[in-house]
Amino acid sequence: MITAGIDMGSRTVKVVLLEELKVDGAPQLKYGIKKVHIMMPGELDQDQAADKAYDDALAAAGLKREDVKAVFATGAGRKQVGFATEGITEMTAGARGAVYMYPQARTVVDVGAEEGRGMKTDAEGRAIDFAGNEKCAAGAGSFAEAMSRALQMTLKEFGEASLKSDKTIPMNAQCTVFAESEVVSLIHASTPKNDIAKAVLDAVASRVCAMVRRVGIEGEVVLIGGMVHNAGFVQALKISMGVDTISLPDMPEYISALGCALIAAERQNS
Amino acid sequence: MIANYGYKDGSGEYYISIDTDKCIGCAAGRACLTACPKQMFEIITDDYDDEVAWIKKPNCRTLAYDCSECKPAGGYSSLPCIAACTPGAIKHSW
Repeated sequence: MITAGIDMGSRTVKVVLLEELKVDGAPQLKYGIKKVHIMMPGELDQDQAADKAYDDALAAAGLKREDVKAVFATGAGRKQVGFATEGITEMTAGARGAVYMYPQARTVVDVGAEEGRGMKTDAEGRAIDFAGNEKCAAGAGSFAEAMSRALQMTLKEFGEASLKSDKTIPMNAQCTVFAESEVVSLIHASTPKNDIAKAVLDAVASRVCAMVRRVGIEGEVVLIGGMVHNAGFVQALKISMGVDTISLPDMPEYISALGCALIAAERQNS
Repeated sequence: MIANYGYKDGSGEYYISIDTDKCIGCAAGRACLTACPKQMFEIITDDYDDEVAWIKKPNCRTLAYDCSECKPAGGYSSLPCIAACTPGAIKHSW
């Protein structure tokens, strides 16, 4: 049986095609990831982008739409995925995917482009407590991206630059717009770029950490979402949360789509 | 599940928590829907097919202002939503 999970984020569409594996004598059903696919919508509307990303993933896997038993969608644009059988929240999908990858995970931090959120989960990957920030982008990837643009750096360079700084410069602005003016002031004050990058990522980490602390930090901590690729942010989050290790999946942006596909498969089997 | 709806900004932390385990099969007849003067509560079917209350999306971004009518200048002990929710599922963080 094949199921699909689609994470319709604010910047990218992620698709995971999941295959149920037949393992004789195994006490539980096993699943294998058949194909993953990521796409930036570009000029496309959200519904067209979902269609294209899904069709591209199916073509790459040598499958047709009728081969897929159920398609579940999540993410900010999940309601635009018209062909999805069901839509589920980012919390439910993220928690399920993270615990599948890391069975000991009990705290899941999801930082994508538009929003960050913290979840506490049980052993089955069911979210039991969550908090997000519905208002402000300052605890999310798009904020870091905007600030890296102000410093004329790529996001990767921005993360690496922050690791070269050991200075702590507090950023007081809570709003992306005002924070950008703080960054401009730091540039005018000839503050080294490395220090500014660290100040920005420390600020993002501190906002994300405040959300996670609302639900409490427990057990293994897993970070999912595109910000995993930003080494400076990961380091800042570790310090802010006061933990030695944060588990980082290999394909962090696909974890919510994976959770979707898993839930789709489990509901087909229940 | 404890669902926290709201945000943190420069002025403070504004979250309404709903304990969905207490909310499922509401013993108060969904009194929160009518108790809130801003009608911020809504009943939805969650990802586990349970009917629970949540805060409407637009209100999640404006809680500090939306709730100010019921808790002027702090120290307001009896909020209509909390008083109406006899199972004790609703809490405010501020």
